[in-house]
Amino acid sequence: MRRALFLLGLVPLLTAQAEPKLVPDISARSIEIRYSFTGAQLLLFGAILYPGGRVPRDPADVIVVLKGPVEPILVREKQKIAGIWMNADSNRFRSAPSFYAVASSAPVRDLVDERTAAIYELGLQDLQLSPGGGALPDKERRFEAGLLDLRKRQGLYAEHPQGVEISEGVLYRARISIPSQVPVGTYTAETFLVSNGKVTAAATREIEIGKSGFERFVALAAARHGFLYGLTAVILSLGLGWAAAAAFRRRF
Amino acid sequence: MDIYLPIAGQSVNALLIVILGGLVGLLSGMFGVGGGFLTTPLLIFYGIPPTVAVASATTQITGASVSGVYAHMRRGGVDLKMGGVMIVGGAFGSLVGAGLFKLLQASGQIDLVIGFLYVVLLGGIGALMLKDALVALDWVKVEAPAERPRHNRWVASLPGRWRFYASGLYLSPIAPLALGFVAGVMTVLLGVGGGFIIVPAMIYILGMAARVVVGTSLVMILAVSAVSTMMHAMTTHAVDIVLAALLLVGGVIGAQYGAVLATRLKPDLLRFALAVIILLVALRMLLGLAWRPDEIFSIEYL
Repeated sequence: MRRALFLLGLVPLLTAQAEPKLVPDISARSIEIRYSFTGAQLLLFGAILYPGGRVPRDPADVIVVLKGPVEPILVREKQKIAGIWMNADSNRFRSAPSFYAVASSAPVRDLVDERTAAIYELGLQDLQLSPGGGALPDKERRFEAGLLDLRKRQGLYAEHPQGVEISEGVLYRARISIPSQVPVGTYTAETFLVSNGKVTAAATREIEIGKSGFERFVALAAARHGFLYGLTAVILSLGLGWAAAAAFRRRF
Repeated sequence: MDIYLPIAGQSVNALLIVILGGLVGLLSGMFGVGGGFLTTPLLIFYGIPPTVAVASATTQITGASVSGVYAHMRRGGVDLKMGGVMIVGGAFGSLVGAGLFKLLQASGQIDLVIGFLYVVLLGGIGALMLKDALVALDWVKVEAPAERPRHNRWVASLPGRWRFYASGLYLSPIAPLALGFVAGVMTVLLGVGGGFIIVPAMIYILGMAARVVVGTSLVMILAVSAVSTMMHAMTTHAVDIVLAALLLVGGVIGAQYGAVLATRLKPDLLRFALAVIILLVALRMLLGLAWRPDEIFSIEYL
């Protein structure tokens, strides 16, 4: 009896050993925004280590998710009132990611069921936006659709259902492009290994996106030393105006 | 050539912005207006966030008016006492304007108010200027209007009169103070110097001597736009110094060429051209309000 229990206790350990492992990496650990920044491309790649080094007949699929820092936002909706388009209604979302891109080796819905997708936030429809404050579900859905659509067209939200390439069943890679207007902060890159509708392995890496050099200096100065920053702007404009006037007085 | 704007948080084509600044500068040099009424809408059409566009255009106005102020100072075309009173009013105006800006931003109606004010102000002034120019060019005949009294009755009834020698006026400082106040509010709210409102008001409401009107209004615009830049830098934190510098480089050079061009063209033709430009901007803003916008939803960060 005791022996049987002992064997039963071993079962999860044995199966865990049979699970494949993920070795993920990213092309850049940090992205610096400089004066010539027009966006960036990240390569998320890595290897799937199957136990014994044998690729099974039905190889696992890979889903990668790149997520920006979460922030509270207010979404406003314009409506035509008395012939004029104006902001009429608004809805608050407490945790909207500022950037979200998901890439997978096959459409996410074909790989996992709805519940799993919701748990791991594996798609735009499954984002936990935490809409605030007692709005009707109808209105909430409308605002959510509006938000997703807007950010999709801005390039801040993206879904690439065939974005992950798996070569020889063991090496995967996905390319995700980041537009120039991305917010700064700590981004997380999550990689999920999926087989038979279940997430069997997951790994997370962090990427720091920040302004650097002059851009960082300007952004910090504007936020922290408003008075000096304003004074600099005024002196700059007076100086440039005066310089042009002086330069042209001689010519004409 | 793409350049990243640290405050607007996006990259723009630097050459395009410099050219934009240059065109506006050309107009401002030709017509003696700050040109903010063109810079701000054009920046917004380009995709710069409205708050950043307004704040950075304010900075550009300061630079664009420097050479004008310098030229008028040398010719003695500035009433410093009148200018000083208006600047005090303008400083208060920009303070109140900054408060209004915050309030409107919080209620989500800032874009609507900016658009609406643009349509009303530019439409009204543009129509008036167009009529004046058409009459002056003899393209339209109207009967000569009754001679208008030099002094406005309302202004004359205000208490406490001061003497403004350079303007040839003896009137209450409350009137120019109020005028400066309006200009200050407009500068912060709309990113315009307000020259196109202030100059007619100084002529028709205050009855100032024409010789000092443009110089005095430029001095006031210079000071009030500088104060407004400070106000934006301290409250909305939306002044993008890189954007302003790009606009200025084009703007100050364009202004010089504009000033040269202005001396070679017929003034009535110039006024006609300015009226058409102002009306076109007003029309575009009106369409923006009445047409279904590209984006129904907008996002505000909390």
